[in-house]
Amino acid sequence: MTTLPMIDTDIHPAIEAHLDMPAMLPNDQLPSFEGDRIIQYREALREAMSEEMRHDKRVFLLGEEVAQYNGAYKISQGMLDEFGAKRIIDTPISENGFAGMAIAAAMSGLRPIVEFMSWSFSFVAADPILNNAPKMLYMSGGQFGCPIVFRGNDGAGGQLASTHSWCVEALYANVPGLKMAIPSNPYDAKGLLKTAIRDPDPVFFMESERMLGDKAHVPEEEYYIPFGQARLAREGDAVTLVSFGRPVHFCMEAAERLAAEGIEVDVLDMRTIRPLDIESIIERVKITNKVLVVDQSWPFASIASEVITQICERCFDWLDMAPARLNTADVPTPYAKGLEYDYLPNPERIVEAVKNMID
Amino acid sequence: MSKRMPATAPQSNDSKAVSSVTNKSNEITPAMMLEWLRQMQLIREFENRTMQAYQQAKIGGFCHIYSGQEACCVGTIAATNDDDPIVTAYRDHGHALARGMTPEACMAEMFGKVDGCAKGKGGSMHMFDKPNWLFGGHGIVSAQTPLGAGLAFAEKYKLEVMGEGKKKVSLAYLGDGAIDQGAFHEALNFSAVHDVPVIFIIENNGYSMGTAISRHTANADNLISRGQSYGINSIEIDGLDICHLYNEFKPFVDQCRENSRPGFVDLKTYRYQGHSMSDPQKYRTKDEVDAFKDKDSIAKLLSDLLGDGLITEAAWKDMQSEIKDQVRAAMDFAENSPIPEAGELYTDVYANPEKNLSPTATYTHGTKNPLM
Ligand SMILES: Cc1ncc(C[n+]2csc(CCOP(=O)(O)OP(=O)(O)O)c2C)c(N)n1
Ligand SMILES: [Mg+2]
Repeated sequence: MTTLPMIDTDIHPAIEAHLDMPAMLPNDQLPSFEGDRIIQYREALREAMSEEMRHDKRVFLLGEEVAQYNGAYKISQGMLDEFGAKRIIDTPISENGFAGMAIAAAMSGLRPIVEFMSWSFSFVAADPILNNAPKMLYMSGGQFGCPIVFRGNDGAGGQLASTHSWCVEALYANVPGLKMAIPSNPYDAKGLLKTAIRDPDPVFFMESERMLGDKAHVPEEEYYIPFGQARLAREGDAVTLVSFGRPVHFCMEAAERLAAEGIEVDVLDMRTIRPLDIESIIERVKITNKVLVVDQSWPFASIASEVITQICERCFDWLDMAPARLNTADVPTPYAKGLEYDYLPNPERIVEAVKNMID
Repeated sequence: MSKRMPATAPQSNDSKAVSSVTNKSNEITPAMMLEWLRQMQLIREFENRTMQAYQQAKIGGFCHIYSGQEACCVGTIAATNDDDPIVTAYRDHGHALARGMTPEACMAEMFGKVDGCAKGKGGSMHMFDKPNWLFGGHGIVSAQTPLGAGLAFAEKYKLEVMGEGKKKVSLAYLGDGAIDQGAFHEALNFSAVHDVPVIFIIENNGYSMGTAISRHTANADNLISRGQSYGINSIEIDGLDICHLYNEFKPFVDQCRENSRPGFVDLKTYRYQGHSMSDPQKYRTKDEVDAFKDKDSIAKLLSDLLGDGLITEAAWKDMQSEIKDQVRAAMDFAENSPIPEAGELYTDVYANPEKNLSPTATYTHGTKNPLM
């Protein structure tokens, strides 16, 4: 019987030779979150991609309207001018085809960034992104890695109705082999996207059309935000709100309103879903003893379901009451403005949910 | 006059086709031309008011304007029976109106009101009209293409297996960008293999969003080779001249219906506005747009009618002002229609809303659709 040697490196040999992973720092050693270099979320994304493309010729961007049109949402504005048409590539509306091609490019040692105009359109490419990318290393018995980033707009909020308003995180996070990041602000968008591009595994990166114009400080110097490292966006004592992506803003607004009534809540921004920083959640639950997960996916088998299960498994005894979740309404996304607002896990619904946990 | 005579059925490259149909009723009458003029002008006026309402934030979401392409939907729908099923993409206001949806129901939908064709749940991209055999506007590029084949398949099945109904043809409208999707090729192949009488109509406006056709699809000046490669009868038609369009398309439809075979049409057209309401259009010149406006399909039909003495300038003015009034009434109607009640969020989710389907929701049937 042959005995094969065990792999003793952190990074799998399938990818080790191609790897260029920077040091990953804890929150308190990252550059300051506050400052006066104010840029838009979309610019932060552009900076992340451009910096990484300057560092590494293997990195390229492809997607619909990314080049000549300068991006359907102007994320890649100016990148064609800087990097040329061989690295900023316009594709036909053939998501299945170009996602599949990019996956093979990643297996061949390149570092593709695939832009989906919206994650809602990624279903056309469901087979390659779910059946190929996350399973390649496993299926090949450790021969082929798949260092690729799929990114695009995720989530409802612009009256785009049911086919264009998908939150894909709960559906896709179910699949082992992929990583998932959902930044809620420009600082995180840049730092997490740079890490995603360097990461040797397929990363599903979720942005939001509703946040692309948001402005905040983004440091001058380069930085990489490690996956699986949440940020405590607000500290309180009454309830811990756990969220990610755009709903973090709903939580912050709700927290503000609750504070006006003397109720102080935590807001924990998870930044990545897979890996999930359950340790930070536990740490806060041990202090507040109450937790509400605010999640923009549908409730059934949602991210909230998973987070709450892990909380129950890991720190049940620290809870004063059943952990709660607040999801998007369990219906397809409606077009009408008022219905769409009610559908979202909006600040009013959060305030109400928190109050229910307090009296 | 030649433009009002039907063309002979186009040469078939379809091995199974038997070119036997010579439908004497295909001749264009003055009444038909006047009706087309009215419909095209209605769509033009409707879209002008749609753009205004969008700018006033009365309409939200993605909104795609049909102006410039009016002859495509009006001319092709005129060549079908009222109960032939059709399906299209998100640029769907024209198809809805040409199929007989009231401007009221169409505009109220975009205003997100209860009297809209989808009770405000669908918006601009999702015009559905069951009584008029419109199976939707669809938002995902090319998602409607297999649906179009399925509509024809179902009607054929009903006739052949269940002995119900009659010979029907379905129309599946899609843009030039949509032919780049796998779903398009799969639908063509299936239809050809299974003799499905669906006509794939490419409303070829030369652009897929901001990407000119030669940059997004191979063999861009020979799209009919796409259909031909599947053994599907395929023709190219100038979509700016509605009489010509009808003369070419009517016998084509008749033949697909008679032979129960698919068809493919590269219908050449142009859109005047941006891809959607949020497109700065830097990818084309104003000169290009103006050159197409010089070939405007409404102006062309009008000049044919005037030239033949079938309409007077005065009658045209009257028609325009009637249409203005009609659309203004639709705007008022949409404005005054109520917004959906909060409970409407949980309706129409299930046809059989049993208990425990959701951890958070209780589903009900809600209000009846205003079109039903
Ligand atoms: C699967 C998918 N990918 C991308 C989009 C975004 N999108 C909407 S319309 C469009 C261009 C389509 O052009 P074309 O098919 O020519 O139709 P036209 O708009 O010209 O009528 C794009 C890229 C989408 N809706 N669905
Ligand atoms: Mg087009």
